[in-house]
Amino acid sequence: MGPMYAFEAEGLVKRFGETTALNGISLSAPPGTVLGVLGPNGAGKTTAVRILATLLRPDAGRAAVAGVDVVRHPARVRRLIGLTGQYASVDEDLTGAENLVLIGRLLDLRSGEAKARAARLLADFGLAEAADRRASTYSGGMRRRLDLAASLVGRPEVIFLDEPTTGLDPAKREDVWAIVRRLVADGVTVLLTTQYLEEADALADAISVVDHGRVIAHGTAAELKRVVGGQTVLVRPADPARLAEAAAIAAAVAGRPAEPAGRDATTVPVDDAAAFTEIVRRLDAAGLAVTELSLRLPSLDEVFFTLTGHRTGQERAA
Amino acid sequence: MTTTETAAPSRAAAPGEERRRTFRLARHSLALAGRSIRKTLRTPEQLLDVTLQPVMFVVVYVFLLGGAVAGSTGEYLQFLLPAIMVQTVLFGGMATGVNLNTDIKKGVFDRFRSLPIGRSAPLIGSVLGDLIRYVLAEAVLLGFGYALGFRAHTGIVPVLAACLLTVFLAFCVSWAFVLVGMLMREPGGVQGAAFVVLFPLTFGTSMVTPKDTLPGWLRAWVSVNPVNHAMEAARGLMLGGPVATGVVWTLVSGVVMLAVLAPLAVAAYRRRA
Repeated sequence: MGPMYAFEAEGLVKRFGETTALNGISLSAPPGTVLGVLGPNGAGKTTAVRILATLLRPDAGRAAVAGVDVVRHPARVRRLIGLTGQYASVDEDLTGAENLVLIGRLLDLRSGEAKARAARLLADFGLAEAADRRASTYSGGMRRRLDLAASLVGRPEVIFLDEPTTGLDPAKREDVWAIVRRLVADGVTVLLTTQYLEEADALADAISVVDHGRVIAHGTAAELKRVVGGQTVLVRPADPARLAEAAAIAAAVAGRPAEPAGRDATTVPVDDAAAFTEIVRRLDAAGLAVTELSLRLPSLDEVFFTLTGHRTGQERAA
Repeated sequence: MTTTETAAPSRAAAPGEERRRTFRLARHSLALAGRSIRKTLRTPEQLLDVTLQPVMFVVVYVFLLGGAVAGSTGEYLQFLLPAIMVQTVLFGGMATGVNLNTDIKKGVFDRFRSLPIGRSAPLIGSVLGDLIRYVLAEAVLLGFGYALGFRAHTGIVPVLAACLLTVFLAFCVSWAFVLVGMLMREPGGVQGAAFVVLFPLTFGTSMVTPKDTLPGWLRAWVSVNPVNHAMEAARGLMLGGPVATGVVWTLVSGVVMLAVLAPLAVAAYRRRA
């Protein structure tokens, strides 16, 4: 008799004065899956999460977690969710262990249970050694992990992760990804907001692309890649004078126009790896030497350009 | 009474539900009060306003005004010390508002808000936790006062009663700072606005100079100012003299402030996104 969706938001509208943060956004995920919410800064991701987590009331639309309405029964929803905000909200004057024990006590665990739960989570998150150090001495990555642990004290059914890896270096990001995968293996449903297609691709069962407070595309990573060109080929000829020639070859194979990337390279979206092989073959046949030839996922900016015709206004180095 | 109920979200409201809920609010508030106390003890620089500052005030008042007002610093210390206890604890309450504002800005409260605890628990916890600051302030003040030559003329029980009464008033007034802390955008703004509240309350009194030397309009304010009544009550309890009016005024006005300010503060906290 469980509800079809672990969480569900329908037509959410939220205005802050003159600004419309959410303009009819709808998000949902079946139990035990990861929904990636992909969008640039200011797209409304955090506002949507705050409504689902009962921290904000929507102006219109409805939202429910495990079938429980977030506006009518916020207290019941709070028993089902864990929230990890964009900026780690741990108490810096308390130790890692004290942070988690306090949350355990607030979740009505007995003192002994709260301590055991905290110790277990600290061990799971590689923080056992730092358990009795103040959180103010933690590195950025450790703080994120403590924050994640804090949202898991109550064994939530649904976890909201609002840009959990923003500002982390790639190795630390992998750590967080591993944690998310473990949660999903345990049956938890995750809503993950991110600015990186790569991250959504690595973790999410389905991706909603949001812009200006609404969903502009939704599908699996594979479906999304089909729309925007699954991957991008970058060609940097050894002789910059032959750039136009290289671009023409790439464009002919991809069947899409090539775009310049910097002064001496060109990129083109392709549908599959076969196109990449074909480009390599033709460059070779033309006797065109290259200093760089790569295949990568499109950036959020490229996804946006394809879907909306406008840039996000923020470029991230690949 | 230590049975811990495991959270059963789907359980319908049982007859004992209401009582169980109050019980939970108390438990959560105490857990959060523990957090406040830990934080306070770990950042001793935050205790300057209840340790060094009152000592400085005593020195300034006693040695600057003592001779002029009372004829001697010793006489004046007797007059001043019970009253300045009230000023000290009221000033000490400002930090509650400033700290709450900082917590909200830092996002620590987002976590509390996403937990199934009463909306008022984080506020009650902070106010309760800061009681330790008042106790410390009074201990410092009495210790310093005794070192300078202050002597209570009554006994240990009335002196303790004076301490309790002033802490009670500070507890009630601190809800005004909580409210200000919820309404202001910046911690600095909290401090500024709190001073505007505090100034007429603490200085519109007979703290530094006898009431009959004041102009009529000021005397009118002093005779209705609850803080002045608390100061008079503290004097009575520590030096002997009438206490009934002062104590009753303090208790009644404290309860009224609490009844008005606490719900306003909680409402402001709910409204703040």
